[in-house]
Amino acid sequence: MKILVPIKRVPDPYGRIRLTSDGSIDASDIKWVINPFDEIALEEAVRIREQGAEVEIVAVIIGEAVCEEQLRTALAMGADRGIFVEFNSPADPGIISFLLAAVFKSVNPDIVLMGKQGIDDDFSQTGQRLAARLNLPQATFASKIEIVSNGSAARVAREVDAGRETLEVKLPAVITTDLRLNEPRYVALPAIIKARSKPVNRVNTSEYGSIPALQISVIKREVPLPRKGGRKVGSVDELITALRDEAKVIA
Amino acid sequence: MKRLLIVAETDGVKILPSTLPTMTFAQLWSKEAGGAFDLLVIGGSDIQQALGEWQNFGAETIFISSSAELAHFTADRAAIVALQVMKQSGADSLAGPSSTFGRDILPRIAGLCDLPMVSDVLSVVLAGDSLTFKRPTFAGNVITTVQIAGDCGVYSVRGTAFGKPEVVTTVSAIAPIDINFEDLPTGTTWISLDSPEQNRPDVTNARVVVTGGRPLRDADTYEKLIGGLADKLGGATGATRAAVDSGIALNESQVGQTGKVVAPELYIAAGVSGSVQHIAGMKESKVIVAINTDSDAPIFEIADFGLIADLHQALPELISKL
Ligand SMILES: Cc1cc2nc3c(=O)[nH]c(=O)nc-3n(C[C@H](O)[C@H](O)[C@H](O)COP(=O)(O)OP(=O)(O)OC[C@H]3O[C@@H](n4cnc5c(N)ncnc54)[C@H](O)[C@@H]3O)c2cc1C
Ligand SMILES: Nc1ncnc2c1ncn2[C@@H]1O[C@H](COP(=O)(O)O)[C@@H](O)[C@H]1O
Repeated sequence: MKILVPIKRVPDPYGRIRLTSDGSIDASDIKWVINPFDEIALEEAVRIREQGAEVEIVAVIIGEAVCEEQLRTALAMGADRGIFVEFNSPADPGIISFLLAAVFKSVNPDIVLMGKQGIDDDFSQTGQRLAARLNLPQATFASKIEIVSNGSAARVAREVDAGRETLEVKLPAVITTDLRLNEPRYVALPAIIKARSKPVNRVNTSEYGSIPALQISVIKREVPLPRKGGRKVGSVDELITALRDEAKVIA
Repeated sequence: MKRLLIVAETDGVKILPSTLPTMTFAQLWSKEAGGAFDLLVIGGSDIQQALGEWQNFGAETIFISSSAELAHFTADRAAIVALQVMKQSGADSLAGPSSTFGRDILPRIAGLCDLPMVSDVLSVVLAGDSLTFKRPTFAGNVITTVQIAGDCGVYSVRGTAFGKPEVVTTVSAIAPIDINFEDLPTGTTWISLDSPEQNRPDVTNARVVVTGGRPLRDADTYEKLIGGLADKLGGATGATRAAVDSGIALNESQVGQTGKVVAPELYIAAGVSGSVQHIAGMKESKVIVAINTDSDAPIFEIADFGLIADLHQALPELISKL
């Protein structure tokens, strides 16, 4: 079985995002990481391999040269090989899903396992668009994945607003991960060293024909005014009075 | 930008209230873009009986695709149904709620039609000749204004950003649509939906939300203290990711960047540190109360009323005094 794991380079979710005076993202003290949902996808791929079946894990990243750092981390986390698609222009889920579809065709995986959303742009579109382009089944927001029917299908529990939905998808399929799927393990030093010798295939996007135009362009970024804090109350009684008489939100 | 199709969120039996803000968005879109809109309702055989008020929000036509086979539909099938209706009605744009339902289906349709998609729309404005949209990025820490290429797009609508739709005097026409089931994909099989018994209002449209974090320790304590206070106030229960991850609360109660976005009149956060990811889902609440032992907890920076206290004492006291 082959699992393709697309990963995105994003700012550390625990860091603070600032804008420069011209309204772009201030990259000066950002720590860059693999999108947390993609880490979960990688971890899940590794766990599927650990269940005993023969599994090859291929990690793919699209972006500028600096993205190779995250691809190396993915190899250290357990991917067998990497694909680096260099792309230096602004991208949106239309473009990324187009490029991932091209990678899909060259790799021919049984599962594309990817994050449900990039925590920078918060689009939450790429997996679904990729599935649409390839006419594949999709199971989004997975919190449990079981390979069934001798590797020809996957049973996926999904986190939906109403609770937990279970679907069975024929493979190949696109599955996107939610937070509760697993907790990625810590990457040990020997794995990081070993990863240096794993193969990375560099792809030039010109191999993929003409790339669709950007559909979503940013015209402005702004930091919303912070919500004004109020005051401290000294006791439960004071809180009740404030809510009843001042804010008038309880009877 | 002449015609918009709204995909209603249904549970197979009725249209869910999460679709209301999308109707409001459609009314605004209609003013800005100067086009008409229709509503698509997909569900089981009884769904057309549940239209009621939905005929009074200005949709020209309500298209109904009802059949026992669609009682539990999957994204791949719904996308094909929507595509067929877009062809039939002449719609060139699409919108729906930015719930897990909308986030699953809308990007798939966008992918099939190769349309730009704006996720989590907060507002829509006509600037010159083109529509621009505000949307949250970086967990709501940056509001980004985007423009789409061309006139047509797919929009997922953030519920808390749009109020109730206006009721209009015209009544939507109803048009059942015929689906050839042979045309629908078969790669996905719906197996089950496990919805825990909820005797409290839904967290996304409750007037009061009481949220507990990691220090609630276990599910029983969470139910007694967070559930107990929610019941006193007729409210819903919410949770942080830490509380859900440690099995204290159910995943459908997670509030935040990657959970639900809520904006109740009263939000009470007990034992919640106030991470950016959590605040992303609740900072539009009208009144925020924080109960935390640490006077430096970031949640206090956005709380209208902060109480520095151990929740294991403060919550029982609140419950008994209300
Ligand atoms: C990709 C990603 C997505 C995420 N999405 C979300 C999301 O959607 N929603 C979300 O909530 N989080 C999300 N998180 C997690 C988030 O970063 C925080 O880790 C989480 O919100 C912390 O939860 P907490 O406040 O319950 O726990 P903690 O951070 O551990 O805080 C507990 C608080 O309780 C206080 N406390 C301790 N004991 C008591 C007591 N006895 N009485 C009163 N107060 C007490 C402490 O002072 C502290 O402030 C996400 C993280 C990532 C990386
Ligand atoms: N530049 C990229 N390279 C590889 N994968 C990506 C890239 N951007 C997005 N993805 C994948 O698409 C998922 C969803 O992203 P998004 O639709 O942008 O929220 C991410 O979790 C990644 O798995």
